[in-house]
Amino acid sequence: MMTRILLLVGSLLLAAPAVALQPPSAQSEFVPAAPGASTEQLPAAPLVVAAYAFVWVAAMGYVWTIGRRLTKVEDDLRALERKAGKASR
Amino acid sequence: MKRLFAPLLVTVAVLFVAAPYFIAEAPYESTMGLVQKIFYFHVPSWMAMYTAIAVCALGSAVFLFKNNKTADAYAVAGAEVAVLFGLMGLVSGPLWGRKAWGVWWQWDVRLTTALLMELIFVACLLVRKYGGPGSEKLAAATALFGGATAPFVYKSVDIWRTVHPKTSVVPELLKGSMPGSGLPFALSAIGFVLLATLLMMVRVNLAKRQMALDELYLDYEE
Amino acid sequence: MFLRTALLVLRKDAAIEAKSWEVLTTTVFFAVSAVLVFSFAFVKEGEPLEDAAAGILWIAVAFSGTLALGRTFERERYAETLRALLLAPAPRPALYVGKLLGILLVLGIAELLLTPLVALLFHAALFARPALMAALLVTGTAGFACVGTLFAAMLVRARSRDVLLPILLYPITIPVIIAGVRGTSALLASPPDEATAVMWIGILTAFDVVFVTLSLWAFEPLMTD
Repeated sequence: MMTRILLLVGSLLLAAPAVALQPPSAQSEFVPAAPGASTEQLPAAPLVVAAYAFVWVAAMGYVWTIGRRLTKVEDDLRALERKAGKASR
Repeated sequence: MKRLFAPLLVTVAVLFVAAPYFIAEAPYESTMGLVQKIFYFHVPSWMAMYTAIAVCALGSAVFLFKNNKTADAYAVAGAEVAVLFGLMGLVSGPLWGRKAWGVWWQWDVRLTTALLMELIFVACLLVRKYGGPGSEKLAAATALFGGATAPFVYKSVDIWRTVHPKTSVVPELLKGSMPGSGLPFALSAIGFVLLATLLMMVRVNLAKRQMALDELYLDYEE
Repeated sequence: MFLRTALLVLRKDAAIEAKSWEVLTTTVFFAVSAVLVFSFAFVKEGEPLEDAAAGILWIAVAFSGTLALGRTFERERYAETLRALLLAPAPRPALYVGKLLGILLVLGIAELLLTPLVALLFHAALFARPALMAALLVTGTAGFACVGTLFAAMLVRARSRDVLLPILLYPITIPVIIAGVRGTSALLASPPDEATAVMWIGILTAFDVVFVTLSLWAFEPLMTD
């Protein structure tokens, strides 16, 4: 799970400079949209869908990892209780 | 706490299924159009992360100063959920920014400090995993520092002029600056914060079961 | 009692250091070689990138500081003197302050050598406003060092401590480094932007206050086991 999170964060950080159209402008003034960037042609729908999809995938993924770890712990607990039960006899 | 689990689950499910409808019905923002609708998951993601950070920082403090094992369970749950929702915020933000600002990322105060805050909590989890025995205390100390940066990250966008919108956007929205968007935002916000609470409850349960397992191992070895 | 203990710890470290000068020389040489690497990397047509000086100075401080922290506490771990220190009837925060002063001394000496070097290699007017520059360096290094001392002390008994120190330290101290770089850049502008530099010094002082308080507060429970 740790590796997965790290890979996600790492790929996010790596993707940004690779795809940026131009270097970030100086922060001395408000820059709503960089001039020359193709903001009009870029369709917004895939971005919105991607954002929402990521939220779902991340949340479900986390639930799944918790479920996996929980079943493992419960299995270990049951196995240990059985062993302890046998030993005490 | 356990009794709240089922009703919380139902509430969150309902909210998340209903959210797309309300968000689609919300009005388009004048300059940004459709892509502004990412706002309805972006801001709530960070609100959920802040909730998780609060739980993590409080749990860490109690664990450090009172040596309370249950508090450590809350600390690790808070850290994991904070990383999760921070990741959602860090992904939805650039997706929005790519269209609204033309670039995926800007090194302005808000984005930089938010990324650092996420990295602090990732570091918390790394220390727990690779630090060997006794690393819970180290993670707790790191979480305290992470919790200290959180208000700074929030206020940074008001203090410095950045490309990121200010914190006044949300209160103004709720008061009606963009009619029709207050309700979807409130629902999304409640949904995300409840989801964070739910996930933390589940994670705390896992942590408690692991502690029970460890205790049983110790008893068994004796 | 508090100050006496802190100064005693500092004297002890200084005495050990004076035998071999190990930490000081290695830290200084590492910082110098880092600056040299940067000066090779950030050269364009034989001319150094002038704006790079501020960032390079602070990066060199951050990297060499991390190493110095690791080495200082490795010494404690090796001789198991940390446990002896903790067993002493001395207030724990005083031990922390003593260690912090030692690190500040090492980094201060390194910076005394680094700043002229960076000014030379990058044609940067770092000494245009020496008082403000010194204030920036002192507050910035103090912020970095106090968090670093806390984390290095608590990692002494951890596994993978060498790689965990940067992982834990950098996200927390990067705002300090950024503030230092911004302040230094303001001073390197022509004419030097004193108002901005003073503002960044103020922010660094705020960081220092918060970090020192948090570190002093957390040192005691972290060292108990």
